[in-house]
Amino acid sequence: MKSPIIATGLALVASMASAQDSVLTVYTYDSFTAEWGPGPVIEEAFEATCDCDLQFIGAGDGAALLSRLQLEGDRTEADVVLGLDTNLVAQARASGLIAEHGITPEGLTMPISWDDPQFLPYDWGYFAFVHGTDLADAPASFRDLAASNLRIVIQDPRSSTPGLGLLMWVKTAYGNEAGEIWEGLADNIVTVTPGWSEAYGLYLDGEADMVLSYTTSPAYHLIAEDDSSHTAAAFDEGHYMQVEVAGIVNTTNEMALARQFMEFMLTPAFQEAIPTTNWMYPAALPASDLPDGFDTLVMPETPLLMPAADARALRDAALEEWLSALSR
Amino acid sequence: MAERAQPLGAAHWAGAGVAALVLLAILGPLGAVLWRAEGLSALGPQDHGAIRFTVWQALLSALFSTALAIPVARALARRRFHGRTALIALMGAPFILPVIVAVLGLIAIFGRQGALNAGLAVFGLQGIEIYGLHGIVLAHVFFNLPLAVRLILQGWLAIPAERFRLAATLGFTSRDIARHMERPMLRQVLPGAFLVIFLICTTSFAVALILGGGPRSTTVELAIYQAFRYDFDLGRAALLGLVQVAICVVAGLLVLRVALPAGMGTGLDRPLERFDAQGGWQRAGDMAVIALSAAFLLLPLGAVFLRGVTGVAGLPGSVWQAAERSVVLSLATAALAVVLALPMALLIARGRAKGLLETIGALSIAVSPLVIGTGLFVILRPHVTPGSSALPVTGLVNALTALPFVLRALVPAVEEAEASHGRLARSLGMGGWARLRHVLLPRIRRPLGFGAGLAAAMAMGDLGVITLFATPQSGTLPLEMFRLMGSYRTDDAEAAALLLLGLSLALFWIFDRGGRVNAAT
Repeated sequence: MKSPIIATGLALVASMASAQDSVLTVYTYDSFTAEWGPGPVIEEAFEATCDCDLQFIGAGDGAALLSRLQLEGDRTEADVVLGLDTNLVAQARASGLIAEHGITPEGLTMPISWDDPQFLPYDWGYFAFVHGTDLADAPASFRDLAASNLRIVIQDPRSSTPGLGLLMWVKTAYGNEAGEIWEGLADNIVTVTPGWSEAYGLYLDGEADMVLSYTTSPAYHLIAEDDSSHTAAAFDEGHYMQVEVAGIVNTTNEMALARQFMEFMLTPAFQEAIPTTNWMYPAALPASDLPDGFDTLVMPETPLLMPAADARALRDAALEEWLSALSR
Repeated sequence: MAERAQPLGAAHWAGAGVAALVLLAILGPLGAVLWRAEGLSALGPQDHGAIRFTVWQALLSALFSTALAIPVARALARRRFHGRTALIALMGAPFILPVIVAVLGLIAIFGRQGALNAGLAVFGLQGIEIYGLHGIVLAHVFFNLPLAVRLILQGWLAIPAERFRLAATLGFTSRDIARHMERPMLRQVLPGAFLVIFLICTTSFAVALILGGGPRSTTVELAIYQAFRYDFDLGRAALLGLVQVAICVVAGLLVLRVALPAGMGTGLDRPLERFDAQGGWQRAGDMAVIALSAAFLLLPLGAVFLRGVTGVAGLPGSVWQAAERSVVLSLATAALAVVLALPMALLIARGRAKGLLETIGALSIAVSPLVIGTGLFVILRPHVTPGSSALPVTGLVNALTALPFVLRALVPAVEEAEASHGRLARSLGMGGWARLRHVLLPRIRRPLGFGAGLAAAMAMGDLGVITLFATPQSGTLPLEMFRLMGSYRTDDAEAAALLLLGLSLALFWIFDRGGRVNAAT
């Protein structure tokens, strides 16, 4: 019990010391705030410039984060919410809780253009099926995959953001034929997990040949574990993007500070922390500044991304197709 | 009967108070979600499918768990061998593991690349596939067989040793003993065990989805997840929470009607000795049952151990801090669970409104932790910050979740003690505290220790409401483990899982042992 008491004491002292400074509360997903995540590095870097106290509050994953914000409504303490993806943006916008940021982002290095008045991107990635480099005939499209005997694990779109990303990927690439694609994939799907962690764990345990993850996943194994035995399959129809964004909550009392944080988000001090803590591509960092190992990753030729409003409108129909194809 | 009310009057009021508190703690949050939602939304056809599937898989899981537990408990009650107590303690471990750890452990044995398929391949046999309804049932049996075995074993050990002596002098065979002593005991213990296992399986979500092989295996709990997180439809979430309450009430009233009250008669608390079943075949049969069940329960744990053991020393500091918090939380949960359960058990043992009280006690496992957590969040949010309330709220909810299990362990023992020694205590004019201390506590020490250990270990592995309240600085060990898993750090996560397993087992063992100090059985 000793160290929590000491830790509490230290935290108290720390918060007293900064009592006269303003506090910026940022809601984000759990893994962002972890000891090994980007949170601690970014907190230190921002506090060095702002004369303030930056506090990250973790709330599950991206979807849990949004429901937490909606649950709290205008009573929320959050000044900034960081970690929604483009599939959740329309719902967040509809909640009426996000203010306009008023920033013209410069130096964005994403393969798409960006002009959202409420949300700014901080990192992005391509969804992809990750597999071992020893896999003989890696599929080059969903149709290849459906025709093969490969076993895959995916995530449930109802409880997981990558799962929802895959749903939108198939829908964007195949439109009205999406249901057909899912029927073809049904016998390849070993199982569907509630979240990314379980699916990735099953893949690493050898339960499946491929797992839905990101093209950047092999970078973790390569850089952190010195293991080059994982890679991602490049699909001809293109790869759906996950763009992770932040927005200012309109009930904030710290508008200027929140804006300062949003601007800081696109500077190298923030962006350079992303690749090896969040294992995604930074939204505003030239490829030449990426760490060694990122150059070995599969780089899809066609980026796919459904506009936020369409993603919300098509979501339920796409889910119906998914459910009816996989429930047989 | 009026005189029976007197000696423990205060305790009975406390029991009724606890029942009211439990009801409030479950229905209050549900009501809060409903209030925040401003009305119910209708259930869709998919929800109806989810309800049907949930009840069906829970029914199968509870049936198999309790049916398979009977021979295992009987074998353990009849045999004495070296390491028996350690084996019983270890075999309890699956029940207290976080779901995902247990699932990965099971997959290491029964999965595509698992030990079983590797073994089958050696003999040129076709491999098995774990994904499907049978996989769900297998996992639920893995989780709940230990609980069922322990509850039934408690029943066996509660049969007074004098009765077995009498049976021996009357020349009873094993079959006679089964008919006259064991079956009545089973009718007393089984319905309650079946009920808690059935209910715990109705809130299953990750196991059902992962091992069920996809959306065919959608449960009510997943539908609640979807309502909260995908649709943000609080009205539907609350309605599904009400469906869970309804399932609990119907199941409780049906199942507990079958149960028999205790009536084994008096004993002198002697250690149990069995004079029957000494034949070679029976001995071999019992040992085979024990060996098979131990292999089923312990091999997946062995896999968890082997994967984690090399990484424990190198775990990051935040994991150790989380482990400390979890241990403190578990101890507080165990204390609270016992304080809540004891007066309620006394009241139930009195026989008044028994079914109703036990059903109230079971509500806390029947209703989704996501609904309860969200409701508490809505209630508490205007008054306190989630970070500062994370551990107290988690402790309270964990204690409530443990309540039905502690009750299951306590109620038969209290009934037995009241039936056998209540009259003597009354004739001596013992009441209140003295009676509790001298008559009741010595007789219920074993289930009390078991219950407290269970509560502590369950709290250790719980990953329910904490996820809604925790800040980076107030996470528990399972939450920290899950964060590791979510950041590719599989090796660290596996080591944290082993740490979790070790701590849960240690806590359980200490309490369980404590309940058996000086006991010869």
